Amino acid sequence: MSAVPQIPAQNLAIRWGTWIVPAILVALLPLFFKSGFAINALNEIGIMIIFALSYNMLLGQSGMLSFGHAVYSGIGAYIAIHALNLIGKGSFSFPVTLVPLIGGLAGMLCGVILGYVSTKRAGTTFAMISMGIGEMVAACSLMFPAFFGGEAGISSNRMTTPGWFGITYGPSVEVYYLIAAWMLLAVLAMYALTHTPLGRMMNAVRDNPERAEFVGYNPQRVRYLAMILAGFFAGIAGGLSAINYEIVTAEAVGAVRSGNVLVMAFIGGMGQFFGPIIGAVLMVFLGLTLSGITKAWLFYFGLLFLSMVLFAPGGLSGLIMLHQPIWRAKLMSRIAPSYVAALLAGLVAFSGVIGLVELTYRRLAEADHKMKFFGMVVDAEQPLGWIAALILLAVGAWLCKMAWAKVSDAWRDITLQLQGGKKA
Amino acid sequence: MEFFLISLMHGISFGLLLFMLSSGLTLILSMMGVLNFAHASFYMLGAYFAYQVSHYVGFWPALIIAPLIVAALGAAVERFGLRRVHKYGHVPELLFTFGLAFLIEEIVHIIWGRAPVDYQIPAALDFTLFKIYSTSFPAYKGFMMLISLLMMVGLWLMITRTRIGLIIQASITHPQMVEALGHNVTRVFMLVFGVGCGLAGLAGVIGGNAFVTEPSMAATLGGIVFVVIVLGGLGSLTGAFIASLLVGIIQTFSIAVDASFLDVLAKIGIALQPGSQLHNFFSIKISQTANVLPFLLMVLMLIVRPRGIMGTRES
Repeated sequence: MSAVPQIPAQNLAIRWGTWIVPAILVALLPLFFKSGFAINALNEIGIMIIFALSYNMLLGQSGMLSFGHAVYSGIGAYIAIHALNLIGKGSFSFPVTLVPLIGGLAGMLCGVILGYVSTKRAGTTFAMISMGIGEMVAACSLMFPAFFGGEAGISSNRMTTPGWFGITYGPSVEVYYLIAAWMLLAVLAMYALTHTPLGRMMNAVRDNPERAEFVGYNPQRVRYLAMILAGFFAGIAGGLSAINYEIVTAEAVGAVRSGNVLVMAFIGGMGQFFGPIIGAVLMVFLGLTLSGITKAWLFYFGLLFLSMVLFAPGGLSGLIMLHQPIWRAKLMSRIAPSYVAALLAGLVAFSGVIGLVELTYRRLAEADHKMKFFGMVVDAEQPLGWIAALILLAVGAWLCKMAWAKVSDAWRDITLQLQGGKKA
Repeated sequence: MEFFLISLMHGISFGLLLFMLSSGLTLILSMMGVLNFAHASFYMLGAYFAYQVSHYVGFWPALIIAPLIVAALGAAVERFGLRRVHKYGHVPELLFTFGLAFLIEEIVHIIWGRAPVDYQIPAALDFTLFKIYSTSFPAYKGFMMLISLLMMVGLWLMITRTRIGLIIQASITHPQMVEALGHNVTRVFMLVFGVGCGLAGLAGVIGGNAFVTEPSMAATLGGIVFVVIVLGGLGSLTGAFIASLLVGIIQTFSIAVDASFLDVLAKIGIALQPGSQLHNFFSIKISQTANVLPFLLMVLMLIVRPRGIMGTRES
């Protein structure tokens, strides 16, 4: 992250490589994933990456915990879909490719208006106000059916005009490339922003608002600007989702979506720029796969989130960065065995948790009390399954405790060696 | 007049219920600096526990048992969860309670399902307390008011008249000094968190059957409780009390009014062209705005007077 005046050629290659290689990868993905399901999943991931990164401009970079970020993307989506409808009617001539920009500007305007109220305060109060504003907009969505479309939402058709170079956005692959292009642009812009004076001041306001004020910056103003910019990028994500799904419902501004983006940014890790990208990819993937396997999937999401808050507040990217010095010193082989042991122990304990949750679910909420578990049929009425799950949980917890001792031993060992290496 | 009085009574009983939640939240906030996002979830748990307990032993034991279970749960959450994340700072604390609220809702889904459960008011309280002209006022609403008032007096006596209340008051402003005097401040924190959650649980016991006991009840009330403590001024119990009554009365009145803004405008002599944009905008019923009003009030308050009704500090 540190800006060094003269960069050696090798570092320059790495710097450009970190942008060009993913860009090529993104461009090639549809060649490997051809099914409609996979393309739709990729589209959702692309939208969520922008959304989660825009969220992290608030949480990670400016220290503002927002519980109502869906408002900005949702309003962006609504304005974008109204724009699409107008284009379809012929009363408004505008290329569909640039419709996400309309969404972005709408989100930005929301940031200008709503952010003026919410960014007056930071910390806990900001969190509460952002939630209040989110609830207010969500409640409004049922009051004004002309704009929000009531329960059914607003639907549209993205294939309106013959676009540039014969792109009609009929097939979802074309939408994929639209989303991919916007995503790369947005990610690049947001990354560039972290290196501008404003980006640095956002960090300063996050870390110590009082000192930022003494240096001559108004923290309130910096927060306000961050909110407006975050609203802009969230609006782009909303505009893209309007094009992708061709429908926007009241859920787009709802609390669930606000919560989702928070979970993504946090699990990916708010301390690193690339954290929310990991979070968005992982959570969309998990959401799509888990929801097909178990009805209690949201419970596992909650469990994952809570254990991340308790044990790894830096998120996944924080965990990665933690191991960077060890990787550099080529000491990973020393710590890996204890990790494998901890992973296995954790799996045993977790399978116990899964067993208990699924059995409870079958026993109480489902008509069919029998369930399949690793190919076996378990009856939730019989004690056998419950006992097995409890034993798994108990043994797993005990194994976890043992393995954790090993992990911390290995860590102490390596820390000593790393420090010793520096001295020598 | 009849409408006014009966709505006022309902509004006050709802306001007092809100105060049961907001008082605990305010105590926890001013003491530990933690905004407990899961506070309304403990309210929901209170209702569900009461439903389950009253299923076996009846309503009256449940009135005591359910809040106690919720209080114990709250204390455990503080001891094993919040205390752990406290060292990371305020944002992780908020995130923890947010995740907890999410998890509690999912657990309720798993155990009691997504549909509302049949938690009803006890037969002994299912009669008309009195009549104002021709509208009857149910005894259970009176019972709710009684419990909330008892709790209020009890809380006030505990804070101002007992030794533990003295320590709590001192821990809010001078935690280090209190610790230096030999009191276990961390245990006081755990106690306050437990009591606050227990109060929310008690509110759930008496509120769950007056309204509906369903998984979304936490999310519905949670937002309003936040509005109340922002309106009242963060950390002020008196402010929370005034704001609770205010929000309770405003919401009850607005739900009960069956008129649209057009009617209001017509009364003062402004008639809008039917079919125009403004006409459409003002044709929404006042009762439809009931869910938005508290939040609108909060935003207005933040613009006009950011520290709230009784608040002393800006943040």
